[in-house]
Amino acid sequence: MAFVNMKNKEVQAKIVYYGPGRGGKTTNLEYIYSKFRERIKSDMVSIKTHGDRTLFFDFLPFDIGKIMGYDVKIQLYTVPGQVKYDATRRLVLKGVDGMVFVADSQIEQRKKNILSLKNLQENLASYKKSIFKVPLVLQYNKRDLEKGGVSLLPMETLEKDLNSQLKVPSFPASAVTGENVVPTMKKIISLTMTSLQNVMK
Amino acid sequence: MAYEDNISFTDYSLGQEELERIENVLEEDLIRSGVHSVLLIDMAGNIIAQRDNGDCDHDLYSLAALASANFAAVDTMAKIVGEEEFSLLFHKGENENIHFSKVNVEFLLITIFGKEVSLGLLRLKVAEAVQKINDMWNR
Repeated sequence: MAFVNMKNKEVQAKIVYYGPGRGGKTTNLEYIYSKFRERIKSDMVSIKTHGDRTLFFDFLPFDIGKIMGYDVKIQLYTVPGQVKYDATRRLVLKGVDGMVFVADSQIEQRKKNILSLKNLQENLASYKKSIFKVPLVLQYNKRDLEKGGVSLLPMETLEKDLNSQLKVPSFPASAVTGENVVPTMKKIISLTMTSLQNVMK
Repeated sequence: MAYEDNISFTDYSLGQEELERIENVLEEDLIRSGVHSVLLIDMAGNIIAQRDNGDCDHDLYSLAALASANFAAVDTMAKIVGEEEFSLLFHKGENENIHFSKVNVEFLLITIFGKEVSLGLLRLKVAEAVQKINDMWNR
């Protein structure tokens, strides 16, 4: 939950990238980090295993400037996607203000996407948060694979599987090439800030 | 399942005056005792208040994110082995040490200090500061 520092006129908000393992959450953050290198003062923090899988989380602080006189600091986090890391995944969700769900467009990942979204709903519920109320954006990642001849889940199938009830903004994307990575982030920041602004007024 | 409607902001709120009082406690009880840097953070990793001796150039936002996650992980480990909590959380380094102290369910106090300060004195000072911060809430 966002912390507003009245004294320093600063708002800190937490946005978490969620989704199945090897879906591209870390790659999203790495792309953002490389793209906005000059605006991000600190290094990206990654807690990884030897196999380069996210063990705990990645963390990237991002200053987006002033909104209504407040300096807004967005903290971008990822969670580990692998099923076995549910305990640490839940810890990272504490105090979340906005979510990006990164789905894997590959056909064989269809079930994993659905299970991961269900897991997100359960983990948010453990903090008494409803997935229908938290600012949320869906990203259908790895669309670039289509050019390499890999057949992917059609956008309509992904929408039907994941977004038929949520009805939140969604983007086809490629974290590797950077396509729609920044629009996804801008969308979730704007949704998050709108939900905060309503309270700040 | 009952959901909370207030999903936007922290359950606690701190006014300018309270933040100043907290910063004064951090300055007077800890920085003046030789501590290099001190952070009051919440369990989600937000920085609530911060003071240092002017010589520190640490990446505090990353430190706060890692510290809250580390604390949460250790706390969960404690529960797994049947402990309510581990009372001493301390990392010793060659030149810098980090001490974690739980203030209440929402807040953690992170202290970074060097060789000049003994762990015993630090724990005493931290306990005093934690008491003062908690008194502020209970008033």
